[in-house]
Amino acid sequence: MSFLSIRNLSVRLKKGQPLLRRVSLDVSAGEVRGLVGESGAGKSMIGKAVLGILPPSIEVTEGEILLDGVDLLRLPPALRRKRIGALAALIPQDPLTALNPSHRIGPQITDRLVDILGWTRANADARARELLSEVQIPDPDRVLRSYPHELSGGMRQRILIASAFAAEPKLIVADEPTTALDVTVQKQILKLIAGMQTRHGTALLFVTHDLGVVSKVCQKLSVLYAGMVVEDTSVADFFAAPRHAYSAALLAATPKYTDPAAGLQPVPEAVIAAVQAEVAAFDRRAAHG
Amino acid sequence: MPFLRILFVRLLTTAITLAGVAVIVFFVIRVVPGNPIAMMLPPGATEEDIARLSALYGLDKPMITQFGIWIAGVMQGDFGTSITTRQPVLNLVLGRLPATLELSIMALVMAMILGGAAALTGTRFRGGRTEGAIDVANGMALSVPDFLWGLVLILLFGVLMPVFHISGRVTPSLDLPFTTNFYLFESLIRLRFDLWADLVAHMFMPALALAIPLAAIIGQLLKQSLKETMNLDYVTLARTKGYGETRVILREALRNAALPTLTLVGVQFTFLIGGTVIIERLFSYEGLGNMAIDAVINRDLPLIQGIVILFAVIFTGVNLIVDLLYTVLNPRLRHG
Ligand SMILES: Nc1ncnc2c1ncn2[C@@H]1O[C@H](COP(=O)(O)OP(=O)(O)OP(=O)(O)O)[C@@H](O)[C@H]1O
Ligand SMILES: [Mg+2]
Repeated sequence: MSFLSIRNLSVRLKKGQPLLRRVSLDVSAGEVRGLVGESGAGKSMIGKAVLGILPPSIEVTEGEILLDGVDLLRLPPALRRKRIGALAALIPQDPLTALNPSHRIGPQITDRLVDILGWTRANADARARELLSEVQIPDPDRVLRSYPHELSGGMRQRILIASAFAAEPKLIVADEPTTALDVTVQKQILKLIAGMQTRHGTALLFVTHDLGVVSKVCQKLSVLYAGMVVEDTSVADFFAAPRHAYSAALLAATPKYTDPAAGLQPVPEAVIAAVQAEVAAFDRRAAHG
Repeated sequence: MPFLRILFVRLLTTAITLAGVAVIVFFVIRVVPGNPIAMMLPPGATEEDIARLSALYGLDKPMITQFGIWIAGVMQGDFGTSITTRQPVLNLVLGRLPATLELSIMALVMAMILGGAAALTGTRFRGGRTEGAIDVANGMALSVPDFLWGLVLILLFGVLMPVFHISGRVTPSLDLPFTTNFYLFESLIRLRFDLWADLVAHMFMPALALAIPLAAIIGQLLKQSLKETMNLDYVTLARTKGYGETRVILREALRNAALPTLTLVGVQFTFLIGGTVIIERLFSYEGLGNMAIDAVINRDLPLIQGIVILFAVIFTGVNLIVDLLYTVLNPRLRHG
């Protein structure tokens, strides 16, 4: 039984254009699933739907999001929030904007523990210190008392990772957690997330552009195009032989895996046309009920 | 230390501003027609009488000399003598200042409570009817000036439902044990809640009249700022932690959203203090503003000068406090 199971999730702009088209995917306990696709494919939208943070301009039209067996979309809002807060967490994309500038670091790590899960402050503080050492932040006591602007981007991303793991969630959504960072820091952060994930046995939904990252940290992979899952496969199978033409083109477009000397290849127009035809066919079927 | 640097720069500019105000007020009120001496004397006084009295008050000397004498006095804390009451200007002005300060601060507190509540409610129920209703109310509050609100309030709570006093600062028959003129403050310190209630019943309407337009400005700005803040990443992250909408607004967004509003509230508060002049007159409230109007009517030149200087000191002081508060509330500036 998967810890997270998304079934036929469709999402659209209110009374407008569809953004997710019957998306289904599963993440088992302790498993890492990559979510790839070009910009605007709907990767972040899936993460937001799981975490209950879809913008108010967007509505879910069908489907289920089962978190540990319970459909989040059927829960009343207050219960849904509590369940998500207790079982899941987000590692955001941009560490520079994801910490509240007017709160110190300490409370930003421990807030959920104290306010939502009812820990004592002393326990929560001890936990925060322990987590900061785990993400290899020197002098945790000083950092806990700091404000975000006093720390570097890499440091802040480590803090956000620590904060995501604070309540021992069973599922973490990481939305391109390294793209906003320096190239030199990216590798360390990626290693850190992968290490933490393994140690804590957390299921991870990993949104990325980078197939290199997928090959390193993921076991499963969903390829998304225009809000449609075009391929759902194991990472090993994907790199051996992608089944969908669009996936194959995406793989070929990433030069590291074919010819390191070549530049980034665009996905061929014929492939785009084919997958767009699939999307159009899907929308026609949907329109006819 | 940006805090000290800001303080120093502000003190310097404050000094320059005050010097400018002193020059302008001194010469302007002497260019405007109207002779204070002539107004003091009964009709039919001779030119000779006027000249003699003028000499007594030093008004016969060239304007520059008069200015020199006045400024020299001011430097030593002597603002001259009021022509109509023959009392030292400084005593008169400082005696009235507490009444106006209490009124202004009461109005500011009311404006912050009303405006803050409007902004928070509008943000909590944004996109719905409630927000629309709040926007309409804000627009109405803004399109009517404070003194008209004063008249409306007098009609409502002074005439139709007489629950508040419409004139004065305190019921005259009451025995006041106060040693300072900060009646409202002192009544609390002395635990005289009976007097406190009487003072509030007098102050309520003028303060509310002053507060309504400012409340609308605070409501609009803060709501705008809150709504923008609510879309920021750290607010979204807080939502995933399990916090409800109200908690998220108060805990994550309010403080950051309040910062940009604060500076503007400072500027608007000085307008509010300016508004006390007419409002105090309307409600016969014995403050500085009411005294200013009497002083102008009587052409009491030294008193006008004293009042204007004091208002200028208050204005610059308010701006200074706002700037310092801004650095205190914004951790980025404090440590920068
Ligand atoms: N708040 C919003 N209101 C309306 N449309 C939105 C909103 N957020 C995203 N979209 C649209 O939804 C679609 C999917 O967006 P999403 O952010 O999930 O893409 P993504 O795959 O994460 O892309 P990227 O790689 O650039 O992050 C896009 O077409 C985008 O324009
Ligand atoms: Mg995205």
